[in-house]
Amino acid sequence: MVDDRLSLVFGALADPIRRAILIRLTQGDATVAELAAPFSVSQPAISRHLKVLETAGLISRTRRATARLSHLQAEPLREVTTWLARYRRFWEESHERLDELLAALQGERNDVSDRDDAV
Amino acid sequence: MSKTEITAEPGVPQIVITREFDAPRELVLRAYTDPDLLVQWLGPREYTMVIDKWEARDGGQWRYVHTDADGTEYGFHGVFHGTPSLDGAVQTFEFEGWPGRVSLDTATFEDRDGRTLVRTVSCFQSIEDRDGMVASGMERGVHDSHERLTELLSRLQAG
Repeated sequence: MVDDRLSLVFGALADPIRRAILIRLTQGDATVAELAAPFSVSQPAISRHLKVLETAGLISRTRRATARLSHLQAEPLREVTTWLARYRRFWEESHERLDELLAALQGERNDVSDRDDAV
Repeated sequence: MSKTEITAEPGVPQIVITREFDAPRELVLRAYTDPDLLVQWLGPREYTMVIDKWEARDGGQWRYVHTDADGTEYGFHGVFHGTPSLDGAVQTFEFEGWPGRVSLDTATFEDRDGRTLVRTVSCFQSIEDRDGMVASGMERGVHDSHERLTELLSRLQAG
């Protein structure tokens, strides 16, 4: 089940407008009109994006007077970051070690050529 | 400062890893294919890596075992397809803790004014295999943190 949720979350994140909406929501709840403002897309299009985000559990929606407010739900994102972070950590640390190794190997080679120059 | 970029797109059974190194590509290729060098960098520092077999030629086999700080062993093996060269290195990859979920890994080494851009594409048999490979984690666990969420969001925004 967790994997299914990950697929939904990844699907929801695979769109630049939906990612921008999430980032906007990190600053606080917003109405559809407020979320639509930065984009040249219609409010119904934004509403469809919100539906995808809601299905993935990334936002919840409540009513305040006549406006419908969207609220960021961070928990599914935390699952995704944990998932990615493990893998990333493995490779980042490997690559840092490779940086050091390559620097050391080039240092050796430079030492040798310095000696050649001296001869 | 070079940064490791990992892309695991939804809907595509691939993981793409890119990283630039401050070394000529001949040397980077050596670090990827010489077993004496490979053990010096592949995996987190607190792991020990033992290479059981490393036949870097067409049809040659490879196998290595990572051991974490708790003594848990993680074995990996596969086969080289074509002899690794500056044109690229192609090999199959299988985590022994998850047999049958084989990926085909292709590494390319591109010259960037004396530096080298390494791009590795791991192609899995299905999206489920891809997600499972990452989720199973060949490495230590990571604690949840709110910073990571912020980091992810800013990275997604940048992308």
